[in-house]
Formats: sequence, C-alpha cells, structure tokens
Amino acid sequence: MAIRFDHKPGLVVYLTAGDPGLHPSEDKSFAGGPDLSATREVALEAIDAGADVIELGVPFSDPLADGPVIQRASERAVAKGTRLKDVLALAAEIRAARPQAGLVIFSYLNPILRYWLPRFADEAAAAGVDGVLVTDLIVEEAGEYLIEMARVGLAPIFLAAPTSPDDRLEAIATNSKGFIYAISRVGVTGTQQSLTSDAAALVARIRRWTGLPVAVGFGISNSEHVAQVGRFADAAVIGSAIVELIERSTPETAPGTVARFIKGLHLSAAADGAGPAQESPLVAVHFA
Amino acid sequence: MASVILPAVPSESRPGRFGVYGGRYVPETLMAALVELEHEYEAAKNDAAFQAELAGLLKDYAGRPTPLYLAKRLTEQLGGAKIYLKREDLLHTGAHKINNALGQGLLARRMGKKRVIAETGAGQHGVATATVCALLGMECVVYMGDVDMARQELNVLRMRLLGAEVRGVSAGSKTLKDAISEAMRDWVTNVRTTYYLLGSALGAHPYPTMVRDFQRVIGIEMKEQILEKEGRLPTAVIACVGGGSNAIGAFYEFIPDSQVRLIGVEAGGRGTALGDHAARFSGGAPGVLQGTYSYVLQDENGQIALTHSVSAGLDYASVGPEHAALHDSGRAEYVSQDDAATLDAVVRLARTEGILPALESAHAVAEALKLAPTLPAHDILVVNLSGRGDKDMGILARELKIQGA
Repeated sequence: MAIRFDHKPGLVVYLTAGDPGLHPSEDKSFAGGPDLSATREVALEAIDAGADVIELGVPFSDPLADGPVIQRASERAVAKGTRLKDVLALAAEIRAARPQAGLVIFSYLNPILRYWLPRFADEAAAAGVDGVLVTDLIVEEAGEYLIEMARVGLAPIFLAAPTSPDDRLEAIATNSKGFIYAISRVGVTGTQQSLTSDAAALVARIRRWTGLPVAVGFGISNSEHVAQVGRFADAAVIGSAIVELIERSTPETAPGTVARFIKGLHLSAAADGAGPAQESPLVAVHFA
Repeated sequence: MASVILPAVPSESRPGRFGVYGGRYVPETLMAALVELEHEYEAAKNDAAFQAELAGLLKDYAGRPTPLYLAKRLTEQLGGAKIYLKREDLLHTGAHKINNALGQGLLARRMGKKRVIAETGAGQHGVATATVCALLGMECVVYMGDVDMARQELNVLRMRLLGAEVRGVSAGSKTLKDAISEAMRDWVTNVRTTYYLLGSALGAHPYPTMVRDFQRVIGIEMKEQILEKEGRLPTAVIACVGGGSNAIGAFYEFIPDSQVRLIGVEAGGRGTALGDHAARFSGGAPGVLQGTYSYVLQDENGQIALTHSVSAGLDYASVGPEHAALHDSGRAEYVSQDDAATLDAVVRLARTEGILPALESAHAVAEALKLAPTLPAHDILVVNLSGRGDKDMGILARELKIQGA
C-alpha cells in the first residue's frame, strides 16, 4: 500500500465516489441513501486493468474547480446523500480487496473541515488511504493540515499549475509527499482535444525542486494523451473521461467499460515505445 | 465546532485574515493572479493619480457624496429614535455597487486587462460593472443565476443594453452562489487575460479588503454628515448583509467608536429551517466556500445549503469574512428580517417618505422600524439605504398585488 508507479507512464484514475451514473439499474435508483458499490466495482476493475492509483473524489455541492462532467457526477452523488464517511468506508473496502494499489482521497476543503480535520486524518489512515489532495487548499493555508497528515503518515498531495511561479512550485514540491499533481493547462477539469505545451514546461520546472513522481492531469482523455505525458512525466491522471463513461453506463456495465478503456490506454502507450520519463525530464515537448 | 485550519504562521501577521476568518482557499491556478492583484492594488492605493481619478469619477460620474437624509415623517410616526437614511440609492446605476465597480474597473485598466468578468445576484453589481466597462471600453461578461435573471429581468436588460454579455447559470440553486462558481471557472480558464471584478466583500484575499476599501467612502461620509447635522455620533448604524459590502463600507469608520452599535441585517426569508433563509450567523457554522473561511449555511456533511430570500442580493450561503470576525468579537450585531417584514418596510418607506428602497436595503429599513420605537427620541439611527427599488417592481407588483395597466 503505497503510491508507486511501476511502469511508465503510470496511471491515476479519478472517480466521483457515490455517482450512480445517469442510468442506474432499477434496484439502484436515485431513491434511497448513498450507494458506493458501483464506485467500488469500477475502482477494483480499474486497478486490475492497470491503474496504479485511485483518487476517490468526495462529492461536493459547489465544485468550482470542476468542469461540467464532474459537476454533474458530484450533483448526482450529493443527491444520493454520499458523505465523506461513506467515501472513507469505500476506501477501506478497496484497500482490503487490493492491498497493492495507491489510494488517494480527493476533496474540497469544506466537507473535511466539517468532519473535523483530526478525525478525518485518523479515519483516512485507518482506512488504508495513502494520500490526500484538497483542491481548494493551497500550501500557504495548509499549516494544520500538514501537521495532521504527518501525524498519521498520510501523503499531502498538492496541485501545481502552469501559472505557479517558481517560488510557489518550490513550496508545493517541498511540502508534497507521494506525488505532485501537475495541472496540464489553465482551466477547470474536463476533456480536451490536444495537450498544450504548458504541461511539459511545468513538469520540467517542478523537477528542479523534487525527485517525487509527477502526475499530469486535466484534459487527459485518450491513449495519445497518455503516451505524450509519458514522454515527460511519471503518470497521467484521467478523471472526466472516465466519469463520463460511467455517466453513460449502468452500474452493472460501468466496471467492464472502464476496464476496457484503461486497457486500451496502456496498449497504446506500450506500442508508442516511449522510454522512461527520467531519461529526459527537462525536455519540453511541444504538442500540435 | 469545526476545525479551524491554522495558518503556518500566526494569523495576525498574515494578510487577508480577519481574526481566524478570510484567507485564500482557491485552486492553485488562481494563486498567481491573486498575488498579482494584491500587489497591483497596494500600488494603486498609494498612487495619488489613481486615487484622484477615482475620486473624480465618484464625484462627477457616480454622484458622490450622497445625502444623509432625515426621515422626518417616518421618525414622527414611529415616535422614537431619529432615523437618517444614507442615500446610496441615489447613486448612478442605483446602488452602492458602483463605488467598488469604479475602483476595480480602474484597477483592471491599470493592470492592462481588456476583459472583465463579474457575478451578480440582484443585478446591481452586474449593472455597475457593465456601466464601468462601457465607460472604460472593456469587454464585459456577467454571470447570473437563472432564478435571479427571471426575478431581476430589468437589470438583465440594462446590462445587455450597456453592451455586456449576460450568461445564465443553471447549476445548483441558480442564484448568486452558483454565479460566483461559474465566474471563478471562467477566471481559472482565462486567468491570463481576464480581470474578475468581484462585487462583494467576499472571496479570497485581497477581495474582502479591497472591496471594503472601495466602499469605505459610505461610512466616511456618513460620519462627517451626522457630525455636521447632529454634532454627535449615531446610536446605531444599520445595514443589510448579503456578502456584506455595503454594510462593511458603512460600519468600518465607526468600528473604533465603541458607543455606536453596528447592526447587520440578514435575510430571514420565509422561515427558520435550513434552505428557507440566508441568516448565516444564526443558522450557519464556520466553513470554506468560494475562497474564504467564514460562516456558511451547510448541512452536517459540509454540503452547502440552499438559501431563500425575496431579495436576490442577500440570497447567499456565506458572508464576508470581516463580518464573521466582527460577529465573533461582538463589535457588530447580526439580526434578520423576514420576507414579510421587508415587504412591509418597502411600502412604509414608499408611502411615508416617497422613497422606494431595494428589497435588500428594505431589510435594514425593517430593522429600523422595529428598533426606533423602543429607543428614546434623542437616539439616532442611520440606515444605509444601499439601493433603489425600481428593479424590484415585478416582484413587488406580484407580492403586493399592485395592479398594472
């Protein structure tokens, strides 16, 4: 149970926990309380298909850093009554079933504050979570959070943005553990046609400050993107593309659909013949 | 109560903190822009030419100073404290929002930004922003919840006539909170070219401080005017509190004058259940929403609650962080007035003084109507009449069953 990327590029999969999708089966309709079984099955299949790390997204009523796909998923999961407590229970189940996978809680700050930060830290550690990423918590505001993460041995993962100047990147890199999440472009989460040159330049700048793995996310949606990321980073994060697949599936078909999607990514990445990222981490690759 | 995220260094030494409240809780992508804004604002604040241009526009374009008017008939009818009205409703565009929009508009131009975005609830900030963008020749996009667009249609039309693009927001409660989220998504996407002209004393540092500074003129004038008219300070200053920009502007100069009561009036809506009001101090708990740590209406799982008010401008789940600090220190008092009392206050002020207040401002009037009769005649209440009510005629006609043509 650690965050490790054994192959290049590694794969981080984001899932909005408790999202039943648009077409829940009859016995798992929008009625009733939270139901995270569909998210669990997708996570397990994703791990078996090659995901190194699963980010379990805690649904929030006001996801201002997210684009339409994750907004819709969050809205569905919140409507089902999905709580942080349920997401932690789901993490424990995934940990028990797949001891080797990396497991990260991905949340906005308010649900964690309301739960009470020390309680969250204790219970996340007890559930077997490896790391935590809080979207709207920047490193300067993270004093008590960093203390709590250190106390229970969880990795605090911070976002790094193309707009972050070097002094901020240094603070982000030196306060992060597990990996650094490099945002591929300005903007909210969501798919896009092509990657910009922002991502490679950002990863190169981050590596000046840390030897931690760097994962690139936002807008990564196909095998070509993953292969491109593999040329300069350690892992790719896929969120909206998979959340959208889940949206269009039923809870029964979603795990298989997501697994096929992930297998497709890795096959392409291997066929691409990209070497290990470490060989040329400072070369910025320009994408058309 | 919920844990407070302690800053890495003591809060007093950190910019943008009001006690434990405030701070910066934003996606990393926005941080560079917030730091740049903070520096540019500090530079502008100390730039005599910038201040002179702003003062000139506030005087000749917006119509400052606004009068402090003794509501004589209302005072006589109520038979208690004297009631003065600070007439921000007489400003160009019809509300105090123009004070801040002019200040930030000049700042945006100084920073070389050609595109301005804003959120709006009641539409007054949207209209003020659209106005300033027209004046300064900048592109303007305003985000507004679908519910608010329907209930403040006149302001939608005004913004469009002024050349702004109004984008409806259909997420969540379709009101101010959702408009802010959508404006923040736009900003995070276009951060390199776009200035976010936030309309209230909310959001991440430096906005709460900067917006308060641009609204301070209200309290500065109020104090001069009441001293000139009465030779003494008022018993209380009363203002409505949505995000809280008119209230903090009215209160700020009086904070050191501990004998002056500062009374903020929240929207009591249609009841006390979560979702039926926007009374953050009685129904909320500390939390983080849209960049700042303050009181937030939320459920036990930290999901932000829906709100209700007859007034679109007070219908927000959080409140400016400086108000949270003033609340906890006891320096200011926060009360609420419900929809019914607010509608009564509109009619009372209209028919007694010939002044039609905005529904937002009428919450403050309602508090004065309640308080004045309980106080002796030598006491003085100053009500910040933050906006005029023309925009609300649709709602008023429906709620008060006023016949049209």
